[in-house]
Amino acid sequence: MDSYDVPESTPSASSRPEDYFVGATPLQKRLESIRKQTSFIPTPPRRKVPQCSQLQEDVDPQKVAFLLHKQWTLYSLTPLYKFSYSNLKEYSRLLNAFIVAEKQKGLAVEVGEDFNIKVIFSTLLGMKGTQRDPEAFLVQGLILSPRLECSGTILAYCNLCLLGSSDPSTLAFQVAGTTGACHHTRILSKSQLPSENREGKVLWTGWFCCIFGDSLLETVSEDFTCLPLFLANGAESNTAIIGTWFQKTFDCYFSPLTINAFNLSWMAAMWTACKVDHYVATTEFLWSVPCSPQSLDISYAIHPEDAKALWDSIHKTPGEVTQEEVDLFMDCLYSHFHRHFKIHLSATRLVRVSTSVASAHTDGKIKILCHKYLIGVLAYLTELAVFQIE
Amino acid sequence: MSPQKRVKNVKAQNRISQGSNSFQTTLSAWKVKQGPSNSKNISKHGQNNPVGDYEHADDQAEDALQMAVEYFEKGPVKTSQNKDKTLEKHLKTVENVAWKNGLASEEIDVLLNIALSGKFGNAVNTRILKCMIPATVISQDSVVKAVSWLCVDKCSGSTKVLFYRWLVAMFDFIDRKEQINLLYSFFFASLQDDALCPYVCHLLYLLTKKENVKPFRVRKLLDLQAKMGMQPHLQALLSLYKFFAPALISVSLPVRKKIYFKNSENLWKMALLAVKQRNQGPSPEPLKLMLGPANVRPLKRKWNSLSIIPVLNSSSYTKECGKKEMSLSDCLNRSGSFPLEQLKSFPQLLQNIHCLELPSQMGSVLNNSLLLHYINCVRDEPVLLRFYYWLSQTLQEECIWYKVNNYEHGKEFTNFLDTIIRAECFLQEGFYSCEAFLYKSLPLWDGLCCRSQFLQLVSWIPFSSFSEVKPLLFDHLAQLFFTSTIYFKCSVLQSLKELLQNWLLWLSMDIHMKPVTNSPLETTLGGSMNSVSKLIHYVGWLSTTAMRLESNSTFLLHFILDFYEKVCDIYINYNLPLVVLFPPGIFYSALLSLDTSILNQLCFIMHRYRKNLTAAKKNELVQKTKSEFNFSSKTYQEFNHYLTSMVGCLWTSKPFGKGIYIDPEILEKTGVTEYKNSLNVIHHPSFLSYAVSFLLQESPEERTVNVSSIQGKKWSWYLDYLFSQGLQGLKLFIRSSVHHSSVPRAEGINYNNQY
Repeated sequence: MDSYDVPESTPSASSRPEDYFVGATPLQKRLESIRKQTSFIPTPPRRKVPQCSQLQEDVDPQKVAFLLHKQWTLYSLTPLYKFSYSNLKEYSRLLNAFIVAEKQKGLAVEVGEDFNIKVIFSTLLGMKGTQRDPEAFLVQGLILSPRLECSGTILAYCNLCLLGSSDPSTLAFQVAGTTGACHHTRILSKSQLPSENREGKVLWTGWFCCIFGDSLLETVSEDFTCLPLFLANGAESNTAIIGTWFQKTFDCYFSPLTINAFNLSWMAAMWTACKVDHYVATTEFLWSVPCSPQSLDISYAIHPEDAKALWDSIHKTPGEVTQEEVDLFMDCLYSHFHRHFKIHLSATRLVRVSTSVASAHTDGKIKILCHKYLIGVLAYLTELAVFQIE
Repeated sequence: MSPQKRVKNVKAQNRISQGSNSFQTTLSAWKVKQGPSNSKNISKHGQNNPVGDYEHADDQAEDALQMAVEYFEKGPVKTSQNKDKTLEKHLKTVENVAWKNGLASEEIDVLLNIALSGKFGNAVNTRILKCMIPATVISQDSVVKAVSWLCVDKCSGSTKVLFYRWLVAMFDFIDRKEQINLLYSFFFASLQDDALCPYVCHLLYLLTKKENVKPFRVRKLLDLQAKMGMQPHLQALLSLYKFFAPALISVSLPVRKKIYFKNSENLWKMALLAVKQRNQGPSPEPLKLMLGPANVRPLKRKWNSLSIIPVLNSSSYTKECGKKEMSLSDCLNRSGSFPLEQLKSFPQLLQNIHCLELPSQMGSVLNNSLLLHYINCVRDEPVLLRFYYWLSQTLQEECIWYKVNNYEHGKEFTNFLDTIIRAECFLQEGFYSCEAFLYKSLPLWDGLCCRSQFLQLVSWIPFSSFSEVKPLLFDHLAQLFFTSTIYFKCSVLQSLKELLQNWLLWLSMDIHMKPVTNSPLETTLGGSMNSVSKLIHYVGWLSTTAMRLESNSTFLLHFILDFYEKVCDIYINYNLPLVVLFPPGIFYSALLSLDTSILNQLCFIMHRYRKNLTAAKKNELVQKTKSEFNFSSKTYQEFNHYLTSMVGCLWTSKPFGKGIYIDPEILEKTGVTEYKNSLNVIHHPSFLSYAVSFLLQESPEERTVNVSSIQGKKWSWYLDYLFSQGLQGLKLFIRSSVHHSSVPRAEGINYNNQY
C-alpha cells in the first residue's frame, strides 16, 4: 500500500467528521461564497420591484412615521456577538452611563444613575422581510430638561458639569424648555414613543435592521445576531460614541456604507417603478462633474409621472427589474438631456437620486418618504450592506 | 523564632546573596562594629585567615544588629544616661545593614511593630520606617500587625503616610497577599482621610480584585469624587473598578493623562533595585493594568482608532448583562475563568486553555502572541468568525487604494499589514480574511503601494485549488506582472516561490498529521498534487513569457531559477510525490546564458532533479505495487532529454545532435565552423574567461593562449580549477551525471524497466 494513502481505520476516525464540520466548514463556506461573489458580477441582474410587505402591516404606524422623512446615514454592521433582545433595558443603562462618561471625560458615573441624557432601546416589531430576519430595534438618545428637584448631590454635580462643559457637541444639544415638573425615573414602555415624551428632546436616533438578509443568516451560528444595516440620525460625534460602545460590547464592526453610481441608478429605476398614489416630490437626479477649480453639479428634475411613463415604456417583465432595463432607462434620460443641452451625462458621476419613494446620496445618506415601500427600500439597502461585510 | 536561629538565617541569606562582592560588604560591616565594646574581639581574631575573618565579621554584624533589634524591642531605657547616644548607635546599625543587605522578615516584623507602636518619637519612627528594606521578602503577617497598630491611632499622620508609601513601594515583596486583601475594607475606609487618600488609592489599586468591587464601594468612591473633583488617583481606581465591573460604573479617561499616582517609590529607589536583584528568581509579575483612555475619537475619518487594533480587554459586559445581582453560581463561575490580563506565559495558556476569558474584541489578539496560539488551535466557530469579521472589515476600511486620493494614511495601513504578516509568519498560516481581501482588492491595486506587504500576503494564501484561485488572483496578478518593471516581476516570482513553499509545507504536514485534510476543496492527495503542479506550470508560463519580454535578463533568470530550486526538491524535501520539470524556454535560456552563476545554478537544479527522480524510481521499485502517484514516463523522458542536451553541449562537444536538434545544413549556414565544441565547458561563452585565466595561471608569460589546448589531463585540471572557483553546482552535476571514462556519455535515468 502506498504510504500516501489514507489509513482507513484509525481510532480517532469516529470523531473526525464532527471536527470537520465544526472547524473548517463555516469559514470555508464563507470563503467559497466570496469567491463566487468576486468571480461573477457582484449584483444579480434582476430584482423584484419593491412590494408592500405583509409583515409590515404589523408595524406600529407611529413608529413607521417616525422613521420616515428623516435623513439617515447608512452603516454596514457585522453580526453582533451575544446580543440578546431580553437585555435591552440593561443595555440602555450601560450605554447611558457610557455616553455620560464619554461626555465628561475623566469623571466616573454610576451605571443606572439618573442623568440628563437618557438612552432608550426599543424593538421595531414587524420590521422584517421574512420571519427568519431578526427583529429590528431602535436606539434613541434623549436629552431631558434639567431637573429642579434632585435626589442627590452627585446628580446635581453631574448636571452642572454637563451644561457648563465646553464640549461643542454637548452645547449643540438644545435643552428643552424647563417645564418645572419633576419627572421621576420614568420607564418608558416599549410601545410608547419617546418622541411623544414632552420632557425629552431626541438628539440622536439610530436603528438596526435586517430585511431579507438570508444570505448572511445562513453562514453564522446562533451566537450572532445579524443586523447588517444600521441607520443613524444625529451628530456624528454621538454616532461615534454609541458605535464604539456597540463595537466593544458585541465585537461588531461599523463601516460607513456608501452607494456607488451603479447602485444609485438601480435605485432610480426601482423607485420609479413603484406605484405611488399621489406624488409628493419630483424625480430628481444630481450629477457631479469633476472639474477644477470647483466641481460642477448638474441637477435634472423630471415630473414623476413622466418618469413613470418612460419606465412603463421600457419595462417588460412584470414585477421585476433587470439590468438591461436599468441601463436603458438611464440611457433614455441621458439621450434626452443630450438632445437639449449637448452634454453627455454618461461621462459624469451620478451622486444623488430623489424620487417620491425615497432619496439617496452617494455618501450613504438616505431619506425614505413613502411608507408603503419602506420594506422594499430597506431590502435593497440590506443587500448592499451584506455585500459590504461579506 | 529564637534570636539564635534568626542570626543563622541572616547569615545564610547574606552568603547566598553576596556572592563575589562579599569583600566590600563585610568591610563595611566591620566598620559598624568598631564600637568600644567589640574592640577586644577584633584584636583577638585579627590574625585569622581571611575567609574565617570575613565570616566572623559577618557574625559580628549580625550580633550588632541583633542587639539593636533587642534594644528597640525593650523600648527606651529611662535610667540610662547616654540614652540618645545608644539609640543613635543602634539606629545607625539597623540603617546600615538595611541599606546594604536588607533585613530579614523577622527583623522587619519587630521593627515595624516598634515604629508604628509609637514607643519612640516621631523622628525615630520615620527613620525606622525608611529603612524597612527586606533582604528578600516581607511576611504578610507583619504587614497585618502593622495595620492593626494604625487602628489604635498611636502614630502621627506623617508616619501613617510614610507607612502607606512604604507599603505601596514594597508591595511586590510581600510574600502573600490574601490576609492583606481581607483588610480591604479597612484600607477603603482610610480613603476618607485627605492626606492618606492618594496613597491609599494607590494601595487599593494594587490590591483590588474583582470580588472587592461592590456596589456600595462604587457609590462611596463616586461620593468621594463628587467631594474632591477629578483627582488622578481616584480616576485610576475608578477606572480599575470599571474594568472589573462595567455593569456598575462607567468612566472614560482623558487621552493625554499619563501619571495617575504620586511616586511612592522614590524614597527607596536604589534599595528596590537591590532587592529585585537579590530576589532574581522568577518572582510572579504583579498584575498591573494598562490604564488607557477609551478609544472613542469622534474624528471625521473613523471612530475606532487610536490604533487600528483594539486594546486587549476581557469580555465582562456581555456575561453580566441582564443580572443586576450577581448570583452565587455566577461568582463561582467567574472565579473559575482565567482573566486575560494575567496571561503572561505559554505554560499558563496551556493550563487555562479550557477556561480562558476571551477578549471583548477579538481583533486585539493580533498583538498578543499567546492568544494567536489560541486562535490557531481553537475550533470554536464564533471565535474565528469574530476575528474573521473584524479583520475583513478593518482591511476593507483601511485599504488606501479603495479611496481615491486618500493616501495620507498609507503609513498606518502599511504598519497594519506588517502586523498581520508578522502574525501570519508567527502562526505559519494565512488568515481567510486576508485571502478574501486579496481577491477583492487585487483588481483595484496599482501594483505600487504597499507592494512588498501585498505580495507577502499573496504568499500566505492558504492552500486551495489552483483552478479556483486562478481567475480571482493569478489572472489579475499576471496583468500587472506583464505590464510592470523587471523588479516587480522579480518580487512576484519571489512571493510565488514563498507561496509554493508554504503550500508544500502545509501539505507535507497535513499528510502526516491529518489523513483527511480539513480542506473540503481538495480531498485527495492526488487533487492537491494536481493543484500544486498547476501552480508550478503557471509560474513556468509566467517566467517563459517574462524572459521574452525582458530579453533574457540574467537578473530575472536568477529569480526564476530560485523558484525551480524549490520545485526540483519537492520529492525529497517535502516527501510529496511530485516532480515537475522546467519548461524548455527556461532551460535553454539558462543553458545558453552568458552568466556563469546561472549555468552553475542550472547544473545544481539538474543534479537535484536527478536525485529526486532516482529516489522516486527506487521507491517505486521497492513498493512494487502501482500507486496513482508513479510519475509518467514522460517526466523521465523529458529529464533525459534535457540531460542529453546539457551533457552534449558542455561535455561531449556534440551539441544539436541529441536533445536539441538543429539541421546541420542550417548550422553550416551560420558560418561558425567549429560549432561542435563551441558550447563545451571551455568554449561556452560563460566559461571562456575561466579557461583563459586557467591557462594564464599556468603560463603567465604567454602572449597568446589557445584554449583548445585544454585536453586530456589538462581537462581534469581545468575542471578542478573550475570547482575551486566556487562552481559547486557544476561539480555536483558532473560528478553525478557524467561517467569519467574514456568515452564520456550522459547517464540518463532508465525509465523503461517498469513500463
